[in-house]
Amino acid sequence: MKERLSEAAVAARVAKEFQDGWCVNLGIGIGSIAVNMVPPGIDIYWECENGVLGYGPALTMDEWEKLDFNLPDASGNYITEKAGMAIFDFATSFGMMRGGHLDATVLGALQVSGKGDLANWTFERVPWTVGTGGGFDLAAGAKRCFVTTLHTAKDGKPKIVNECTFPLTAPQCVDLIVTDLAVIEVVGPKLRKEGLLLREIAPGWTVEEVQALTEPRLMIAPDLKEIEL
Amino acid sequence: MKNKIVSSFDEAVADVFDGAVIAYSQWGATGLAQNLISALTRKEVKDLTLVGQQFIPIRYAIEEACSPVALAMQGKVKKVITSWATALGFTGPSAEILKEALSSGRIEMEATCHGNLVARLEAAASGYGAVYIPTGVGTFLEEGKEKRVIDGREYLLEKPIKPDFGFVRAHKADKLGNLVYHRSQRIMNPSVAMASKVTIAEVDEILEIGELDPDHVHTPHIYVDRIVRIPRGGPGTEEWFQCIKYKGFQPGGQMRAVMSRYQI
Repeated sequence: MKERLSEAAVAARVAKEFQDGWCVNLGIGIGSIAVNMVPPGIDIYWECENGVLGYGPALTMDEWEKLDFNLPDASGNYITEKAGMAIFDFATSFGMMRGGHLDATVLGALQVSGKGDLANWTFERVPWTVGTGGGFDLAAGAKRCFVTTLHTAKDGKPKIVNECTFPLTAPQCVDLIVTDLAVIEVVGPKLRKEGLLLREIAPGWTVEEVQALTEPRLMIAPDLKEIEL
Repeated sequence: MKNKIVSSFDEAVADVFDGAVIAYSQWGATGLAQNLISALTRKEVKDLTLVGQQFIPIRYAIEEACSPVALAMQGKVKKVITSWATALGFTGPSAEILKEALSSGRIEMEATCHGNLVARLEAAASGYGAVYIPTGVGTFLEEGKEKRVIDGREYLLEKPIKPDFGFVRAHKADKLGNLVYHRSQRIMNPSVAMASKVTIAEVDEILEIGELDPDHVHTPHIYVDRIVRIPRGGPGTEEWFQCIKYKGFQPGGQMRAVMSRYQI
């Protein structure tokens, strides 16, 4: 088995996309590690669905006594306060997403299609569970939607597919896919996506090997390079 | 001056009727009007419709913890409109009862997403007939809804939700009913208060009129009909959270498992 990037490396690579001053919402999954991966000298203001902008690092075990139950994040963890932090209500929080005010969101994926359709909330709809949450609004509303995912599923099948077979979160919303094998841009404006452009590739892997694990035909960037962290 | 202060939670929910639509805000145990929901579990009532962004049990191992799921387990609920109800929290024998009720359709589950749910409450609060929302286009949320293209982008028509009762959790109220929330306790509570015909708020503290700075009021008193003070140490108070912190979140407990994700 050839070596792939670690989850931490995938998070570090997506964090390289962030620009100073961005407001970013991190979803559940690999993306949530990016909170600790921001390059030095860059200020990122993290947004959280429940109505927090600019929060501090997650509480660590040796700080657990400081835990404030009124400061949860979106995945049931607890966060710390930071100077400049703002609190607001749910309606404002989702208006922020829907209105395109967030610079970026980083979401996990079960499948991404060649047109940037995202499926990330369930393998199939079960009527008595609801897993929609805030992902639908983030995917449809943020200015940039980055997806961090392993390139293939546990069974070895490609997660980047011609058409998503799992229920969609939002159509043609993904702008960049960062996997443990490649960095792939979904070319074109939102809702009018044209295809996938392979920009970077994991060390030791060839274009053919990555293509073999990717259903849609990849366009190859003329300046294709190795993923650098 | 009309007295909005009610001395007990049971009295505050006494007029909740069969078939009533009840809205609440839930983020785990944060910002949830646990005591009002708890009072409903003691009341004879049926066919309720529950509206909240989460419909999950409170996972802490503490007996008094009360979530909307408890009402459903008692068979008092006909329908749930929510954007988060995972199988994750449903364990144990009572969970099987609930699972059966939901999967057989005895309890109807209307799935939405967070943004559309709060927008529907906002629409009710502001008197809009409906709102066009981009979220959900191209997904299962489209089913049965009108779609319209505005300036080249597709939108779904989402109708308002007008709850009969809104259960709100706030930090402080004054005697008029002006509300202030602490941190993320706020979440969807302001929208619940504004959308509901009758809004009942449970608070840590009731202040005299004038003690709240007008600039700091989050929910103006026009939206609040009843106020109940939570007894010191009661469910959802700071003391109660301190208590469950030691009970359910001691080092090596659940908290460690949750936090390990951040340790790289």
